Amino acid sequence: AEHDNAALKDATLSAVTAASQLGEVHVLVAGSGVGGVADAAGRIAGVAKVLVGDDAAYAHGLPENVAPLVVGLMEGYDAFVAPATTTGKNIAPRVAALLDVAQISDILSVEGPKTFTRPIYAGNAIATVESSDARLVITARGTAFAKAAADGGSAAIESIATTGDAGLSSFVGAEIAKSERPELTSAKVIVSGGRALKDAETFAATILPLADKLGAAVGASRAAVDAGYVPNDYQVGQTGKIVAPQVYIAVGISGAIQHLAGMKDSKTIIAINKDEDAPIFQVADIGLVADLFQAVPELTGKL
Amino acid sequence: MKILVPVKLAIDSNAKPRLKADRSGIDLANVKLSINPFCEIAVEEAVRLREAGKATEVVVVSVGVGKATDAIRSALAIGADRGILIEAEGRVEPLTIAKLLAKVVEEEKPDLVLTGKQAIDDDSNQTGQMLAALLDWPQATFASQVELDGAELVVTREVDGGHQTLRLSLPALVTTDLRLNEPRYPSLPNIMKAKKKPVETKSAETYGVDLTPRLSVVEVREPAARKAGIKVADAQELVSKLKAVGVL
Repeated sequence: AEHDNAALKDATLSAVTAASQLGEVHVLVAGSGVGGVADAAGRIAGVAKVLVGDDAAYAHGLPENVAPLVVGLMEGYDAFVAPATTTGKNIAPRVAALLDVAQISDILSVEGPKTFTRPIYAGNAIATVESSDARLVITARGTAFAKAAADGGSAAIESIATTGDAGLSSFVGAEIAKSERPELTSAKVIVSGGRALKDAETFAATILPLADKLGAAVGASRAAVDAGYVPNDYQVGQTGKIVAPQVYIAVGISGAIQHLAGMKDSKTIIAINKDEDAPIFQVADIGLVADLFQAVPELTGKL
Repeated sequence: MKILVPVKLAIDSNAKPRLKADRSGIDLANVKLSINPFCEIAVEEAVRLREAGKATEVVVVSVGVGKATDAIRSALAIGADRGILIEAEGRVEPLTIAKLLAKVVEEEKPDLVLTGKQAIDDDSNQTGQMLAALLDWPQATFASQVELDGAELVVTREVDGGHQTLRLSLPALVTTDLRLNEPRYPSLPNIMKAKKKPVETKSAETYGVDLTPRLSVVEVREPAARKAGIKVADAQELVSKLKAVGVL
């Protein structure tokens, strides 16, 4: 389970759905002071058992400490499934190498007991792959699997022996942005801005009022992040976050393949761009060719 | 400090991949190939550490057939000192690459391995983590800042929600994120000089690593196409369309 020691992350719910397509699901909660998280994991519909490894060494999800715990447990399991978040991507390959199995990244679907689909080449192709390994190590794309219900389960909670601190790495600090807005990867509506927003102030003045009107999360293209308009965790794309909201509004984003890789599974895509040849219009369901500095405030005003 | 940088030759980030007609994979004939952008960032960081007097030598290594040398030459033109090409035919999986790299680490004994967070062709994001596991080294993935502090490394990582800073004992493995640095354009004289730098070629077989893929590719297909969209004339019409799709 992915968590911050206090609360369970939504990403876990999608991973439970992916895992349930393979067999009985047990959730591992490794962390420090994670009683509350374990209780929450036990209430997820479809979870049969929760294993709790409570140790200060797991507090920050350091892979050097968490991977040996997982590897020790894998004697009794056929598959390890993690959400394809930065935490999952950090730990799962380390687990796989220690088990001497291939890892299957970012799966989109379970096609058979050992057969999965996954995107390659920035989502320009979908590969169906079949594993020949005895055990599976998988990360699952959050937007590709429905979230398991957070309530309704009543799994047994069991404490397990911990493996301690490997002594290779330590946590110094973290800067996690606090936001009142919905989380990008689980938002129903996303308003995203690109390079055309000019600077941080203009980005905020143009995009935020529209996002507020729609109760939307705010995203950005790589260009907008590189230019310093918004922090890096706003980035949507091949190397940023993968999102699939009901509505994705791309404002001043040209639509490079690396950006499309992160949002083209959105249900409805709306593009506002003054360049009618911008590639974003090839994936947009609704396009408005206009100067965003006029069109966006006008749109915000009419909502 | 000696730094080893694994690099990969991949489809150029601006090229559009085309599927093979038999759905066995992507057609890479006549497609521009370049050093993977994240590998380029890793080379740049290693060269900067050497220029700052913190590293003594930067060695690059690539696994692949003859053409993979192009990735090594690109790295040498940025400023790496020498290259190693491990020749291996066909599709080589991250686990296999990690095992080959572990052998190279045994031979070269670097203090730091710096590599990209993912290759933009198979988008796996695994090799660095797997290599760290095989070596029992600490890892810092998705690095946006790397500082050497005595015998330790202080690395800031890009994580969901923000940044995280870790302290690693050396030797260590770091994978680079986009914002670690901006790789320099190699100058023409440096490209010429790179041609004279040594590149040692080895055969993957000599390392005794089983190259058989664990995953078989059943098929590769195009993602579902989106149906054609419409254009609206103004913000007013956009609002009515938003109402029609149920956003408002």
